[in-house]
Amino acid sequence: MAAVQGGMGDADIKTDIKTEPSADGFGNNNANDGRVLSASPGSSSSTGSNKQTAAVTPEDQQTLLAVLQFLKKNKLSESVEILRREAGLPENSLDPKANESAGAGSGGAAGIVDLEGGDASSLLSRVTGSSSAGAQAPTKAAVAEDQPDVSVVLSAYSQQGDPTLYKVYYRDLKKFIETVLDCHRAELSQVFYPLFVHMYLELVYNNHESEAKAFFEKFSGDQECYYEEDLRILSGLTKKEHMRGNETLLDFRTSKFVLRISRDSYQLLKRHLQERQNNQIWNIIQEHLYIDIFDGMPRSKSQIDAMSGSLAGEAKREANKTKVYYGLLKEPEIELPLDDEDEEAENEEGKPKKKKPKKDSVGSKSKKQDPNAPSQNRIPLPELKDSDKLDKIMYMKEATKRIRLGPDNLPSVCFYTFLNAYQGLTAVDLTDDSSLIAGGFADSTVRVWSVTPKKLRKVKSAADLNLIDKESDDVLERIMDEKTASESKIMYGHSGPVYGISFSPDRNYLLSSSEDGTVRLWSLLTFTCLVAYKGHNYPVWDTQFSPYGYYFVSGGHDRVARLWATDHYQPLRIFSGHLADITCTRFHPNSNYVATGSSDRTIRLWDVLSGNCVRIFTGHKGPIHSLAFSPNGKFLASGATDGRVLLWDIGHGLMVGELKGHTDTIYSLRFSRDGEILASGSMDNTVRLWDAMKAFDDLETDDFTAATGHIHLQDNSQELLLGTYTTKSTPVIHLHFTRRNLLLAAGAFNP
Amino acid sequence: MAEERRQKHCSVVLPTESMKAMAESVGVGQLQEDSCVALSEEVSYRIKEIAQDALKFMHHGKRRKLTTSDIDNALKLKNVEPLYGFQSQEFIPFRFASGGGRELHFYEEKEADLSDIINTPLPRVPLDVSLKGNQSQYIYFLFFCIFFSNGIFNFYSVLVCSSPAHWLSIEGMQPAIPENPPPATKEQQKAESTEPLKVVKPGQEEEGTIQGKSQGTTTPDGKGKEKGLIRLKPRSTHELSVEQQLYYKEITEACVGSCEAKRAEALQSIATDPGLYQMLPRFSTFISEGVRVNVVQNNLALLIYLMRMVKALMDNPTLYLEKYLHELIPAVVTCIVSKQLCLRPDVDNHWALRDFAARLMAQSCKTFSTTTNNIQSRITKTFTKSWLDDKTQWTTRYGCIAGLAELGSDVIKTLIIPRLAVEGARIKAVMEGPVVSNIDKIGAEHVQSLLLKHCASVIAKLRPQPDNVDQYRTDYGYLGPMLCSHVMKARTQAALQAQQVNRTTLTITQPRPTLSVSQSGLSGSSGPRTPSIIKVPSSLTLMSPRPGTPSQPSPPATKYIVMATSAGAASTQQVITLSSSQSASPVTSTVPSATSTLQPLVKLESGSGAGLTASRPLQKYIVVSLPSSASSSLETKSSVLPTSISSSSLDGGMKLERSESPGASTQSPH
Repeated sequence: MAAVQGGMGDADIKTDIKTEPSADGFGNNNANDGRVLSASPGSSSSTGSNKQTAAVTPEDQQTLLAVLQFLKKNKLSESVEILRREAGLPENSLDPKANESAGAGSGGAAGIVDLEGGDASSLLSRVTGSSSAGAQAPTKAAVAEDQPDVSVVLSAYSQQGDPTLYKVYYRDLKKFIETVLDCHRAELSQVFYPLFVHMYLELVYNNHESEAKAFFEKFSGDQECYYEEDLRILSGLTKKEHMRGNETLLDFRTSKFVLRISRDSYQLLKRHLQERQNNQIWNIIQEHLYIDIFDGMPRSKSQIDAMSGSLAGEAKREANKTKVYYGLLKEPEIELPLDDEDEEAENEEGKPKKKKPKKDSVGSKSKKQDPNAPSQNRIPLPELKDSDKLDKIMYMKEATKRIRLGPDNLPSVCFYTFLNAYQGLTAVDLTDDSSLIAGGFADSTVRVWSVTPKKLRKVKSAADLNLIDKESDDVLERIMDEKTASESKIMYGHSGPVYGISFSPDRNYLLSSSEDGTVRLWSLLTFTCLVAYKGHNYPVWDTQFSPYGYYFVSGGHDRVARLWATDHYQPLRIFSGHLADITCTRFHPNSNYVATGSSDRTIRLWDVLSGNCVRIFTGHKGPIHSLAFSPNGKFLASGATDGRVLLWDIGHGLMVGELKGHTDTIYSLRFSRDGEILASGSMDNTVRLWDAMKAFDDLETDDFTAATGHIHLQDNSQELLLGTYTTKSTPVIHLHFTRRNLLLAAGAFNP
Repeated sequence: MAEERRQKHCSVVLPTESMKAMAESVGVGQLQEDSCVALSEEVSYRIKEIAQDALKFMHHGKRRKLTTSDIDNALKLKNVEPLYGFQSQEFIPFRFASGGGRELHFYEEKEADLSDIINTPLPRVPLDVSLKGNQSQYIYFLFFCIFFSNGIFNFYSVLVCSSPAHWLSIEGMQPAIPENPPPATKEQQKAESTEPLKVVKPGQEEEGTIQGKSQGTTTPDGKGKEKGLIRLKPRSTHELSVEQQLYYKEITEACVGSCEAKRAEALQSIATDPGLYQMLPRFSTFISEGVRVNVVQNNLALLIYLMRMVKALMDNPTLYLEKYLHELIPAVVTCIVSKQLCLRPDVDNHWALRDFAARLMAQSCKTFSTTTNNIQSRITKTFTKSWLDDKTQWTTRYGCIAGLAELGSDVIKTLIIPRLAVEGARIKAVMEGPVVSNIDKIGAEHVQSLLLKHCASVIAKLRPQPDNVDQYRTDYGYLGPMLCSHVMKARTQAALQAQQVNRTTLTITQPRPTLSVSQSGLSGSSGPRTPSIIKVPSSLTLMSPRPGTPSQPSPPATKYIVMATSAGAASTQQVITLSSSQSASPVTSTVPSATSTLQPLVKLESGSGAGLTASRPLQKYIVVSLPSSASSSLETKSSVLPTSISSSSLDGGMKLERSESPGASTQSPH
């Protein structure tokens, strides 16, 4: 198998290169598998574990054919050949006719037989397995681009039923659910929304426009308020022609809506539908819904509400079962030669006793190995340079001067206001040592300011560099051109608004992602663009450097997140599975995981090593615009347009808290350096501080019902809220804790 | 409500007429009705799709306003060529026009004369984005100066000057510096004073705000178990910081000191400074104590100064005085009705102070009177009672009448006019009877002129046209003849004004006159405005919910659309007028907006009994005013009046002026 794997990897890289300009998700999906992280030894082991396709459903077959057809249409004959060979499909399966028949389920038999046998299936398995949410995601990615395939997908709706009876069916079910016992009612009510959507779409698909409208008007009011945005999109859709190319519709169709229902409630529903001979509804439930049945007490309304709200229902329980190594990596041991020197200079009077215990405490802390931490070389990390070591030492020194925060000891907030931005400020980032601030603007510029008295300087030109003495001690100082010193620098290169911006940890680079579909890497020594990473081809909403540098992640409108390394022109990993735009991306502090938030109102956690989705968090009621990992790596906080901050336990895969208070989109979240305080900044012009320690402490004493995943959140936002600070009409776009725990906030004044 | 909205979403489709109009504009003459329907449905769907995509760009652009560039980007997503050259940072100035049964929204493109452009001096270069920009430094510098002139030099001002950033909070406390919003917004202060024992609801945000901002002396909150219980406000000691104490000292000294320039500055500071909330109790005590002492000492000048402080406090847009009225109102009332306010009552002009204080009183009645505190009725009772008393001195009598008169024409009508005859007799007794004392005579004279001044305009409205002196004499006794002449004068004045207004309405069709619609302030001769003047007919709704969106179709009529946007440095309002009967060119004028108040700028009184009749051509005044805080909420009021503006409606507190400069004090400068 390993040999096959290797060969295939090469082939796929080629495919990848060709497919990428065509800007689709699935071509890169293939690439995902063949790729290995540069010098990563562990990839073959991970692929082995992925061989899980025990049964390939006809739907997968259909997917494959759709993919093939797309490739052929785009004249990617080589890829077609490879994929066909891997999947073991007969050559004629590419004919449109054959394709159609395959869609109907007759032509795929041969394929299935071949697929089940042996190594050839590994590719497919990983294509489908790359998102543990289900095999549907790649279908969607492929289909979203291509018109002919849509008809295949939509054909499932073509079944005929009496359009006038839909209302009756729905009303009957509603009546039934309203009359069941209270404990089951909340659970069964979850069925309403997906049923409503699918029935509406069926009506529309079958050209019953007026019935569809009547159906919508009658029952749309019953749906939960947090689905309003989707309903708005649905309401516009009244014709069969509209359904082609409508992404929302395809999401509904291609991904099964996941519901969690207790066994008792499910039996109740099933019995009712069978009694009534209500095949229409039963068909929809079977075809478009995935009901995750659990044993035990039915959940309460509040429990359900806490978890629902995403585009495709809740996460399946299995989706969050994978082990996540959320612990931190061991800090490399660094001797502190400079520290000694400096401290000696400081207390020249002679207090040498003081430094020894300090050093010990730092040392012992870093020696401890967290059982939950990934192995040190799980992901190959760049080696530390001398300058990095110096920075680490600076960091440690600053850390000793850090203020302990707490409810009685709130941080000071310093606000950087951008003036005259004319509503054009779209992204802000600060370096870890808080010396530089960068802004991305709607006019496609990236601007960098120095917030310390130290001015920004460029490196001298090549000719001048030849003249300097390379052996001198202050060579780093000599290469800088004093003439270029200024407080701010503007960098031009993008051709659209800059939506994401991120400094590298060593402060030598800056990343920016833009509407033009590129991610650009800028040098902060020359203030020029070094690389433009192309691949997204649609607006890239966010990008972020790994905490160890070298890697970075980006996510955008094309619904995939990509992991890149700065020295590779192509992405190393492609994380696909989200059903809508990826709106924000964050690296885990140990750099082994990436969290992405999306407009489909879910958060996913991806394993950088395998490219698999290891966590799906549902519960937000609006697109997620900010994420933050706690410094210990155990928790994740997320903020969305609904103005709520949700807290997640990564290890258990559970929602552990809800912070209500903001009245508008939360654009920034940040934990204090020791994780005691969570700061959130919002469009409602406020910075709020929350007691994170208490939020997480309360639960650790709780008995986790991790097995069921049913949590009961207590409504204690008010207790956890430590402070609200209103600005004068300045939305808070970015928050940053300095190494000494001073909170810096930034935003553009919006008169 | 959500349901309602949703259904609206479902049904909104572009009208087929639009399709026809667009087809005509590209040269397709006859379009089948069926094709129109099909087209409009398709187009509506696509537009919705694009709008939804554009919203994404707005969210990621971290804005609240959808801009044209968002639409362009959304089009690009769909591989459609964006609309080039259709750029607008702010709202799109769509104009509305109707005629021939059709209604249109169009984008006005002006013909620009090149020579004009060449000859005009270059506009100022727009300021670049800055973190340490020129403008910011300018602001900081100003701020610095203000503080310096007060002799105060504090920690924060130094910080602000040396750094691009400001302190949003210092160890949990928000410093009261100009960069931060006032510690407690007016709404909060109001809520606090009207509902001091508010039930704490979970998820309520003010709670946290107050907690975060309170001085740190508040006791820590109870646990969540008392959720839903009434929580008593924690007792807090008032401690002013050293800077605040210094400021207080400086300000109070300047206010009552001898240097007029300094006083003006101090009053200006009181009227504008956003951070005075904490010091308000001190100021109110200062004023009430000051009045008490100085009334006894008959120190007229100081009393005037103190009243000016009250005025300044009331003018401060960030303060809500309700909690301190118990101290302020007695002080003000004292200045209105006190028997003696100065050492030489026969010479000193204490009448002016009484007038001024009466106006203050009326203003606070208007602002703070509610059904629970009944300030207005209590004040009215107090005044009436002492006025009715025979033994009351002339000075007090004057104060009472002034106080009542300032409360508005309704009060004059019901309380003062019926007593004119009695009062006239009393004045006659003093004026024509044996000379008792000079002081009494002066008092009576003042009362007489006061009564004439206030009553004339009201009577002019009450009585039918022919003004008969004898009739007046029988009705009002001694004051009758004088009243009669005053009323006649008032009538001619009103007629004169009406003519002016008529002229204004006529000139609207001329190219670009400016029409400034202003409300008369307190200074107007017509007395203070009472809210009862505003009549908003609910049956008529023509609103443009957002600048640029099509408004509902309506019968042909003349429309004034006053739109205010808060974006940009100066907020302006656009008055668009179009007459349907003539093909008049649209007229635009820009009126500086009243940033301090949210009241609609146009207030009209519908003529007595002249209701809405369908046949009658109507004029509509639509006032859309946006709060300056850049929130997207719009306040829309519409009101109707018959085409002929009757003179009576003008007296009711509304003035239409044809001038470019702001006519009333309520309007802030650009």
